[in-house]
Amino acid sequence: MSDKAQVQPARRKLIQLSACAGGVAAVASAVPFAASMMPSDRAKALGAPVEADITYLHAGEMMRLEWRGQPLWIVHRSKEMIEAVKAGDAKLADPASERKPDELTPEYARNQLRSIKPEYLVVVGICTHLGCSPTERLKSGPEPFDPEWSGGFYCPCHGSLFDLAGRVYKNKPAPDNLKVPPHMYLSDTKLLIGEDKKG
Amino acid sequence: MAAAEKQPITGAGAFNGILTWVDARFPLMALWREHLSEYYAPKNFNFWYYFGSLALLVLVIQIVTGIVLAMNYKPDASLAFASVEYIMREVPWGWLMRYLHSTGASAFFICIYLHMFRALLYGSHRKPRELLWIVGMLIFLALMGEAFFGYLLPWGQMSYWGAQVIVNLFAAIPFVGPDLALWIRGDYVVSDATLNRFFSFHVIALPLVLLGLVVVHLLALHEVGSNNPDGIEIKKRTDPKTGIPLDGIPFHPYYTVKDIFGVMVFLLVFAIIVFFAPELGGYFLEHNNFIAADPLRTPPHIAPVWYFTPYYSVLRANTINFFWVDAKVWGVIAMGISVMIFFFLPWLDRSPAKSIRYRGPLYKGALALFVASFLILGYLGTQTVTETRTLLAQVCTVIYFLFFLLMPWYSTIDKCKPEPDRVTH
Repeated sequence: MSDKAQVQPARRKLIQLSACAGGVAAVASAVPFAASMMPSDRAKALGAPVEADITYLHAGEMMRLEWRGQPLWIVHRSKEMIEAVKAGDAKLADPASERKPDELTPEYARNQLRSIKPEYLVVVGICTHLGCSPTERLKSGPEPFDPEWSGGFYCPCHGSLFDLAGRVYKNKPAPDNLKVPPHMYLSDTKLLIGEDKKG
Repeated sequence: MAAAEKQPITGAGAFNGILTWVDARFPLMALWREHLSEYYAPKNFNFWYYFGSLALLVLVIQIVTGIVLAMNYKPDASLAFASVEYIMREVPWGWLMRYLHSTGASAFFICIYLHMFRALLYGSHRKPRELLWIVGMLIFLALMGEAFFGYLLPWGQMSYWGAQVIVNLFAAIPFVGPDLALWIRGDYVVSDATLNRFFSFHVIALPLVLLGLVVVHLLALHEVGSNNPDGIEIKKRTDPKTGIPLDGIPFHPYYTVKDIFGVMVFLLVFAIIVFFAPELGGYFLEHNNFIAADPLRTPPHIAPVWYFTPYYSVLRANTINFFWVDAKVWGVIAMGISVMIFFFLPWLDRSPAKSIRYRGPLYKGALALFVASFLILGYLGTQTVTETRTLLAQVCTVIYFLFFLLMPWYSTIDKCKPEPDRVTH
């Protein structure tokens, strides 16, 4: 064969087609590698609801539980705290919980206090900015981040603020209110978190 | 056959025979000449030219200490924290391996930042070294990934919450974000699955990428030749007989000896930190990371390690929603751009002179402002948020971006001095 042999279009086409077929196979075989990084069946199974006993949770106190590997807070709001929440709408970004209601606020919590009973706040303690767990600063009074602090939560990571109903302050990095998980009262002192089917 | 034309090797005494045998079967002498004995580097290298070879040294330190650490470390959420303490207290010399590795991480970033600053000083990113600069930036990205994945492994509070925040950065990407974050974590929260895969990335995937990129970086450097503090091309003035640059000297022995001196000074400082201040006041090893990870409680003050704090400050500086996009998404975008914008530097810079020695006052002022804002952002990133600090971070973020965005303008109108024909001293 000489170097100047003519290119045979049929053979050239065959090479191109087989290269394409090989490329498709290579891309397809990348799928299992990428998919193996998704959550395993065991990780998916760990989403069961949890029960909370609030008998000894006194007014002004807060308790934390673990639900789906995340911190879950229950706050027993005192009368003053409830008043503070009701008076604070002007500072907030979304006081009526209108953003992403299906994801963040179940129907029974779409009120000013974001709760079923006014005293008890149930929220997932994960900041809607980048997932840190805010620190509780339940008492009102001057704080370094707000001289007129009326009680709530302060995120140490990026400075987002939330009131005692888990509603986010204006002009803070977090865009949304804290998530209220599906929950229901099994009795006056027992809560089930993770499920809310009636009856 | 090329092998038959090669000259037998002389001058290696008893090894002449074996080296000749190898050279007939492998481009031994060709590689030696091309990259060492006949790689001509400008004769006027100064202090700033130590940090490339020092970064290579730190890479070797990290690989060797990493291999030893991986022999005793357990990538399991229930065992990881204790296994690091086991390495510190019970493994013979384990404390040294761990402190070398943790100090090495910070030393790596110090070397790389100074190496990059050198490019800004002398225009080492300018034509014909754009690709060299891009490969260097890829190394920088791989290094950031390597540091981030490695930082989760001790499974302390900072490890855990740092990973939580960074993975959630990806969740802010519109549409695909939440699924992408899920894919990275392998779970709905940072968990054992996340730790296990980060270990795999840290010890296998990224080191391979890093080593490959370093080889490409060196090959690209030796193709175009090194820049120098005068920012002029030494290849323009060559000896008419030999073709060797008049201002070039062979890398070996001249710069191997210079670099070995740099290595000794570096190791002296490095050893002092490793032996006397391995935590460096919480900057190299953060205090909160001596507490085991607690998924229910973020420490009252969290901050990334110092080498990420400038970008972290840029992220935090975005607090205003505008154009119907959340401040959160703007923060993530700004942080991404603050790193990626370096890639475009060779094309943003239009100055007729490369080196700061011949550039005008505008570039000098802009560079000084940029360095100051970078350092202030870095400091602010280690501190808690207050209104004044947020405002300062916002001002510095604007300066940071203006340095790049206005560069095509101010580098064009700057009053440069004429570049010399040959390198000076």
